[in-house]
Amino acid sequence: MLRISLDKLDTLFAKIAEKQKLYIPSDREDGSAEYMEWSEGRKLSNALNTVRSAKEFFFPQTESLVDFKLSGKNIEVIDIRKETEDFVVFGVRACDARSFGILDKVFLSDPVDSYYQNRRNHGTIVTMACTRPSETCFCTAFGIDPTAPEGDAACFTDGSFLYIKANNDRGEAFVSSVSSLFEDGDTAELEKVQAKTKEVLGILPLSGLSTEAFGGDKLNKLFGSEKWAELSESCIGCGTCTFVCPTCQCYDIKDFNTGHEIKRFRCWDSCMYSDFTKMAHGNPRLTQLERFRQRFMHKLVYFPANNNGELGCVGCGRCLTKCPISMNIVKVMKALEAE
Amino acid sequence: MQVNEKKEFEPVIVAFCCNWCSYAGADLSGTNRLNYPTNVKIIRVPCSCRVNPMFILRAFQRGADGVIICGCHPGDCHYTSGNYFARRRMTLLFSMLDFIGIERDRTRVEWVSAAEGAKFAATMNEFTEAVKKLGPNRRLEDLRCRKQS
Amino acid sequence: MQEAIINKAKELLADGRVDRVIGWKKGEFSYDITPAVFETAEEIDAEFVCNDFTSANVSKYLVKETKKDGTVLAFLKPCDTYSFNQLVKEHRIDASKVYTVGIPCDGKLDPEKIKQKGISGIRSIEKDGDMLKIDTVYGDETLKISDAMSERCLSCKSRKHVCYDELIGEDGDVISSNRFDMVEQLENMSAQERYDFWRSQLSKCIRCNACRNVCPACTCEKCVFDNDDSGISNKAAADSFEENMFHVIRAFHVAGRCTDCGECSRVCPQNIPLHLLNRKFIKDINSLYGEYQAGADTDSRAPLTDYKQSDCEASVVHERGVE
Repeated sequence: MLRISLDKLDTLFAKIAEKQKLYIPSDREDGSAEYMEWSEGRKLSNALNTVRSAKEFFFPQTESLVDFKLSGKNIEVIDIRKETEDFVVFGVRACDARSFGILDKVFLSDPVDSYYQNRRNHGTIVTMACTRPSETCFCTAFGIDPTAPEGDAACFTDGSFLYIKANNDRGEAFVSSVSSLFEDGDTAELEKVQAKTKEVLGILPLSGLSTEAFGGDKLNKLFGSEKWAELSESCIGCGTCTFVCPTCQCYDIKDFNTGHEIKRFRCWDSCMYSDFTKMAHGNPRLTQLERFRQRFMHKLVYFPANNNGELGCVGCGRCLTKCPISMNIVKVMKALEAE
Repeated sequence: MQVNEKKEFEPVIVAFCCNWCSYAGADLSGTNRLNYPTNVKIIRVPCSCRVNPMFILRAFQRGADGVIICGCHPGDCHYTSGNYFARRRMTLLFSMLDFIGIERDRTRVEWVSAAEGAKFAATMNEFTEAVKKLGPNRRLEDLRCRKQS
Repeated sequence: MQEAIINKAKELLADGRVDRVIGWKKGEFSYDITPAVFETAEEIDAEFVCNDFTSANVSKYLVKETKKDGTVLAFLKPCDTYSFNQLVKEHRIDASKVYTVGIPCDGKLDPEKIKQKGISGIRSIEKDGDMLKIDTVYGDETLKISDAMSERCLSCKSRKHVCYDELIGEDGDVISSNRFDMVEQLENMSAQERYDFWRSQLSKCIRCNACRNVCPACTCEKCVFDNDDSGISNKAAADSFEENMFHVIRAFHVAGRCTDCGECSRVCPQNIPLHLLNRKFIKDINSLYGEYQAGADTDSRAPLTDYKQSDCEASVVHERGVE
């Protein structure tokens, strides 16, 4: 397999960044990792995952959709869409890589979301295999192999080399654009690392998590469960879980009057908020229990019902680490499993 | 922000004036034919205490380069104590804006009575000059609201 | 300690003194603890936990709990008692429906700090003297307890319970803490440096509203940021102005009422030091209007609903510190 010494990562990044923007996970001052644009000196983070997921490259937290200018009785509609420039997101983990498939089902099915599609067409996702999964990881429950991530091209490391492999045509193009830096090498060491990672995956505390109790046909059984009251009891109704989640895709569209024009923008929304899907008559979900249930039912029942049984979670574990009250999808799944 | 022909920076100043003293003071400065800059946009409020911190931030968002709150002198409030509460509130708010790095000369509180037309004009002249020196408000503006020149 | 608390809870439930107990419930791991309400001794035996990770302040839940019938037992750490007292003062909690038991606290641990040391795959965490012994899937690790201590506990202001019906263990004292050090450090920077510092921090904000929703001082029926007519969205900030606006206004709305419990910074998924904004207000109030600790009592007037004729003028801001 093609490989490059890890010491030469900077050369590789420089080469990629020659022609397009490159984003890599990098450490912030506070010790957590976030995707940042690469420039000379920026180092790849060793952290397992970033606080926010990579969905933001295709579905940013806020984006302008269209502008309006009003003069008298005329409204001028200004289409502000522009063709996105090519970019590469490097170091995406297997869980996040799978999340793009889930987002695609929402945004690329008819009617196609042109804003999302535009970015998808110009972004190359280069994934990075995991070697140190954490106790909060449960991607294997969704059939994800973190040692062989999806994405346009996948990278692997054995601690001294970075190996690369294309997964599709765009990946091929990417690999061939940087292949001059790579050399063909033996993968014996890598295979050892992969075998060891797989061993760890087997003994992680959440490795036995089962998704069997969930799916599109479980609506009636799960919706009325008495467990929801207890599970949602201490939910404070913030949007942390939804905003760090790689698969949450709800958004709100609002108009902002700048004083000289109207800017229509969209921003991430959270089903945990009191004004989510608020209509003329108010919010259809009046209590936190209903809002809480909505989020998990969406991931575990509604989404699979509409998408051939695919669950709307990838097991990245972000909600497990970030929820202010430590309530999360794993606890919900374990509680509902028994129903 | 407005740019005149000489391309000299002309700040937008928002002045919140209490109905009973400072607004009357502004009126008096007008009837006395005293000049104060056209940069100043007065917003009349029932009492200086009516000024919600959000009004001030909103003014900056919408393009103000400086915000001044004018009310009755301490002890003279039409509602007895409104300006005392306003004083504490504004002190803390300005201190916080200073703390997050907003230029401290963009905000001011001044007590102007109904008889002090001259003080009103002088204060506005002085404040406008001070803000002009600072240049346009960049740290607390909303980029979306900036007018394309 | 946990045993004493559990026994107390069961005892009060058994003799009918209380109908419910608010406390903390075990999670999947040793550190992911959820606040919970217990109604029976069996539930308590099975799931109640009080350890180094039970850091959530349960006082805000009492707003909701005291609207129900019956009496609720709440276990309060020293800092929680300040929040509780403040809520009672503001008539948000019906104190007659709460039985409070003060519990001692030596500082709580922050799981994120442990993970940021590169410790991963945690199976269990045990205390051993002043060290933590952590069993992970990658082998055993050790860490100094002080290195895993929550930021807010490192500058604890008080080990004294300001109110309780009963106390487990001994009451502590108000301690002179270093909590204003960082505020002072910022005050001594130039305006540009302060601006850069806060931009770099506040630009991380994802507007999840966790700081607001967890805050025991934020108990408005309808938050101004949830009001469409206020013109500010409660969701993603579309401009840096909104990030500043949200945090300045939020801190202002709790000024004089914030007890400095530190929940805002604890829950921030982006590790923004939000408590510094609150502490700036506390520090200003202390220096300009006299020492005041929100929640220390239930009868004094809050600094922003009070005044003195001799108060300083707002120009004081222009006259002190670094421009």
